Amino acid sequence: MTTTVRDIREQGLGRTLRRDAWWMAPLATAVVLGAFGIYATWVAWIDRQYQWGPYLSPFYSPFFEPSWWPLSPAFLILWVPLGFRATCYYYRKAYYRAFFMDPPACAVGEARHAYKGETALFVLQNVHRFFLYLAILLVFILAYDVVLATRWPVAGVAPAGEAALGPREFGIGVGTVVMAVNVVLLGIYTFSCHSLRHLVGGRTDCYSCTTFGRTRYRLWRGVTALNEQHMLWAWTSLFSVGLTDVYIRLCAAGVITDLRLL
Amino acid sequence: MAMRRFEVFRGTREAGALQEYGVECDEGMVVLDAMHRLQADQAPDMAVRWNCKAGKCGSCSAEINGSPRLMCMTRLSDYPEDRPITVTPMRAFPLVRDLVTDVSWNYEMSRRIPPFQPRAPDNPDGTWRMYQYEVERPQEFRKCIECFLCQDVCHVLRTHGKHAEFIGPAFLVRAAAYELHPLDMADRTGYLKDEGGIGYCNITKCCTEVCPEDIRITDNAIIPLKERVVDAHYDPIARLLGRLFAR
Repeated sequence: MTTTVRDIREQGLGRTLRRDAWWMAPLATAVVLGAFGIYATWVAWIDRQYQWGPYLSPFYSPFFEPSWWPLSPAFLILWVPLGFRATCYYYRKAYYRAFFMDPPACAVGEARHAYKGETALFVLQNVHRFFLYLAILLVFILAYDVVLATRWPVAGVAPAGEAALGPREFGIGVGTVVMAVNVVLLGIYTFSCHSLRHLVGGRTDCYSCTTFGRTRYRLWRGVTALNEQHMLWAWTSLFSVGLTDVYIRLCAAGVITDLRLL
Repeated sequence: MAMRRFEVFRGTREAGALQEYGVECDEGMVVLDAMHRLQADQAPDMAVRWNCKAGKCGSCSAEINGSPRLMCMTRLSDYPEDRPITVTPMRAFPLVRDLVTDVSWNYEMSRRIPPFQPRAPDNPDGTWRMYQYEVERPQEFRKCIECFLCQDVCHVLRTHGKHAEFIGPAFLVRAAAYELHPLDMADRTGYLKDEGGIGYCNITKCCTEVCPEDIRITDNAIIPLKERVVDAHYDPIARLLGRLFAR
């Protein structure tokens, strides 16, 4: 059959002359992000087994439970990381391709629709930097959680997971290490943000003619070094958050026993 | 010598089709070599645009197996021998004939960008003083060879045909080369937001993937420009800070 001008114009979803497995990356992204979204919703909804001994799940930190709030306290927190990741320049690429298929991959056809890009509803993506401010605060709170995870009750941890009242002593468990790795990865992801890169020095053109120009340039260079692997940090920090919650949840459910290292 | 099969687009905008050819190919040949041999031996009327054969003039842009690439930088050995290699023209621009498209729209877009406006000279002899570390950012964009592969792959132009509303990644790179320059004084954020249509870019990074000069178009040009547009139009705090601290 002859391929005509009309055939090569890629009219229609998935139409392309590409012969590689272009669909693999959006499919994998959709599966992983979709699975994480379902898991996060379930974790937030069930409102239990988020704490064991000195460990607190990142899905519930900072923990506060006002009497007027009818739902799980996780919902008071999760809008911050959700908003930060949903407006992140990397994740935008990932979900525009995987979920909106706009486009599904480079040089691959899309379903027919009136394209507005980020000029209409998605102009709201421009709030990313405000979520960044909150996300930085959250990183410091999670770092404080790691400090708290080294404060073990002298009287031990009850089978149900509650830390006993009374004096505390220094200690490190596998969970402490898991939480520390998580906060490091979250920190790198947050501090590799494109908006932060702009705010610390990217908005400056002439460093030599600006107040603190050298400092701004050095900060910009530092964030740029992290930013070059922003995708890597986006994924590793997503996995680390999920795995940290899974670890604490399994400890709280009594499925695994936390190993005390120190 | 080995016979390789090619499916090459032949025709005009009104009527055309992929035609299959067999071409004797030597080791080390690139797609442009094969097109030249095809032109010499079998299809003397085939239109192919080319110039330097060294990946520096940006003339031989086309789509090879559906992906925008420079024909002179694409080795035949990168493709399996048992399947034909498809060579088609760029899709984002009007077809002239065979593998040649009319890219004049790009030059029109280039002319519309507010030009470079240096500050007053620093010295009485009319010269300026700046440092290498300050010009490194815009220097990356000087590598652009104007092959327009980024324009071709951008779905805003390629699929949605927003040529009237969006200047495309190549000219966002051009705008960034001016906007990030330490001597430049012009503010292009209004132009980029409205006429330039930067909001149409949904940062799917296809432009970066196809750039033969490895310019990090999205991360180093488009996103910094988007952030400047946010500063000027969507962030009241940044506007306040901008007034307190000069650039």
